[in-house]
Amino acid sequence: MEIKLKKYKQNMKNIFLATYLAVKEVVRNRGRFLLVALVIALITLLVLFIAALGEGLANGNRQYVASLDAQLIVFLEKSDYSISSSRLQTNTVKAIRRVEGVADAGPIYTSNTEIVSVSEPLKVSMLGAEAGRPGMPSIIDGRNFRGGEAREAVMDRNVALRSELKIGDTIQIRSTQGTDDKFFDLVIVGLVDGQSYFFQPTIFVPSATWEKIRPQSEAELNSDTPYPNIIAVKLVDPTQVDAMSTRIVNDVSNIEIATLETTINNIPGYSAQQGTVQTQGVFTLLIGILVIGGFFQIQILQKVPQIGVLKAIGSSNSVVGLSAVIQIIVVTALGVGIGGGMTYLFSLGFPPTIPLVFNGARSLIAVALLLVIGPLGGMVSIIYAVRIEPLKALRLG
Amino acid sequence: MNSVALEVRDLVKSFSLDGGIINAVDGVSFQVKYGEFVALVGPSGSGKTTMLSILAALLTPSTGQVLIDGQDLAQMNEKKRVKLRREKIGFTFQSNNLIPYLTARENVEFMLRLNNKLDRAGRVRSDELLARLGLSDRLHNLPAQMSGGQQQRVAIARALIHNPAVVLADEPTASLDTERAYQVVETFAHLIHENDRAGIMVTHDLRMCQFVDRVLQMQDGKLVKIYESRKEILELAQGTLKH
Repeated sequence: MEIKLKKYKQNMKNIFLATYLAVKEVVRNRGRFLLVALVIALITLLVLFIAALGEGLANGNRQYVASLDAQLIVFLEKSDYSISSSRLQTNTVKAIRRVEGVADAGPIYTSNTEIVSVSEPLKVSMLGAEAGRPGMPSIIDGRNFRGGEAREAVMDRNVALRSELKIGDTIQIRSTQGTDDKFFDLVIVGLVDGQSYFFQPTIFVPSATWEKIRPQSEAELNSDTPYPNIIAVKLVDPTQVDAMSTRIVNDVSNIEIATLETTINNIPGYSAQQGTVQTQGVFTLLIGILVIGGFFQIQILQKVPQIGVLKAIGSSNSVVGLSAVIQIIVVTALGVGIGGGMTYLFSLGFPPTIPLVFNGARSLIAVALLLVIGPLGGMVSIIYAVRIEPLKALRLG
Repeated sequence: MNSVALEVRDLVKSFSLDGGIINAVDGVSFQVKYGEFVALVGPSGSGKTTMLSILAALLTPSTGQVLIDGQDLAQMNEKKRVKLRREKIGFTFQSNNLIPYLTARENVEFMLRLNNKLDRAGRVRSDELLARLGLSDRLHNLPAQMSGGQQQRVAIARALIHNPAVVLADEPTASLDTERAYQVVETFAHLIHENDRAGIMVTHDLRMCQFVDRVLQMQDGKLVKIYESRKEILELAQGTLKH
């Protein structure tokens, strides 16, 4: 017990001594350390922007699917979980709703169109859904559209912000049907939040309306029946995803079924794009490790006689090593702090068309990684400092 | 208290060089008492610095014994040697003496911090010691803001502040002009005597021997002569000694 207490006191003393040395050196050489902190700040700026861009791009791609009030997505068999390749039969929805354990199922119809009644035409994803069913997001303002062929639309708030539209306004959309451009008016009756799909903001319309106004090829012109691309399935017990997948596939013919995560990963380009962004982030962090490592290694090399003196007069290796670690942590934290502030200030000046999302988990992970790369980069210099012989203080060294 | 602060018995330090063995220190024995200031002189390569490194517990001898304040260095592991250096030994080096980012006062107080003895009394003693060395107006100066002589005086204060048994000085005047060198060594000698410490100074400059009590002359690793009489020491310092 006494030995433990003695050891604890010794450790605390070492920590105080190391902190004293580290802080004194940083304060007295603040210009040099600030310069390194600024380099770390620039790396932080870059890493956070890449992380925010990754989050923003991911959101733009997956936001609608990720926020569905459902656990499973039904596709046409052999469509390889590709939403655009999947066209389901109309009676499939009813068949799925009858499967035991399914709470509800909602058809989702996807297409692209363009709002032309605003000063700058805006490309949007036009999604057909059934009010109150899975696939139709919660209304944050206004009301849901009526069923049937009502010429009403619920709009993503992002569309409203970018085009200065509001509830009650009438928008005109242009769709190419056959070889002609056709124009349709829709009244905005409600708003939903954060529902980007395939990099575009969305508008939601009733399925029958969707069929009438969507872009169509010549061959599709005579059809009045909307075929859903996918069906969102809400389960009674959301934990039974695997068992319910098997049951639905067994009970309903000509379908394949995926979780939301698989669906997102199969959105065209999603995985490749995220892989690219993550690779950029990783390389930036590696560059950060090298830069920080290089700086501290040079600094330790310059301080060899000084460290020799410290050891010769009785400083232990733990004090010398700990002092180097504390310095690295202080400088890295300062750099990350400055970089975070710079990132925030820069982000205020970016237009909403650039998909930057700073509140995502990626930004937090990036900050955590940035705080780790300092000590990681400085590891070699710390080991070097600990190994310096006190004889270096004398001419023998 | 044992009157012998430092004892060296049959000390040998061998190095391998070009396939052969060289004895940098070869069978040296001597004692230094508390309150005694000794110079270790000799030409380059005579083994002075090797000897100092062994006395400083920075180098282990091949054979023989070194006892500091009665403690045998050979019986100590590295951790204990670090503790011994911290508590029982004071150092001044030829150059790079001070921690460059600590002020004069902080450099001196650092020895007290290391030994867990930095209290109000310690601070007062540190300031008094610096004042004795004529550095009252330099307490808050960084080493880079002081002359070489002032830095050496701060190093002397640091070497003495924690009341070590032995104070080791490695060519303390090497980077100083003659006048400053005399001042530094004279002050050093005063403080060694006044504080009843044992001081050993390695030097090339025989003129500095006028301030010491004994001169140990080394050659080829061996202790070849010990000058003890005041007359001999002064003649050695003035360069008038007849061999």
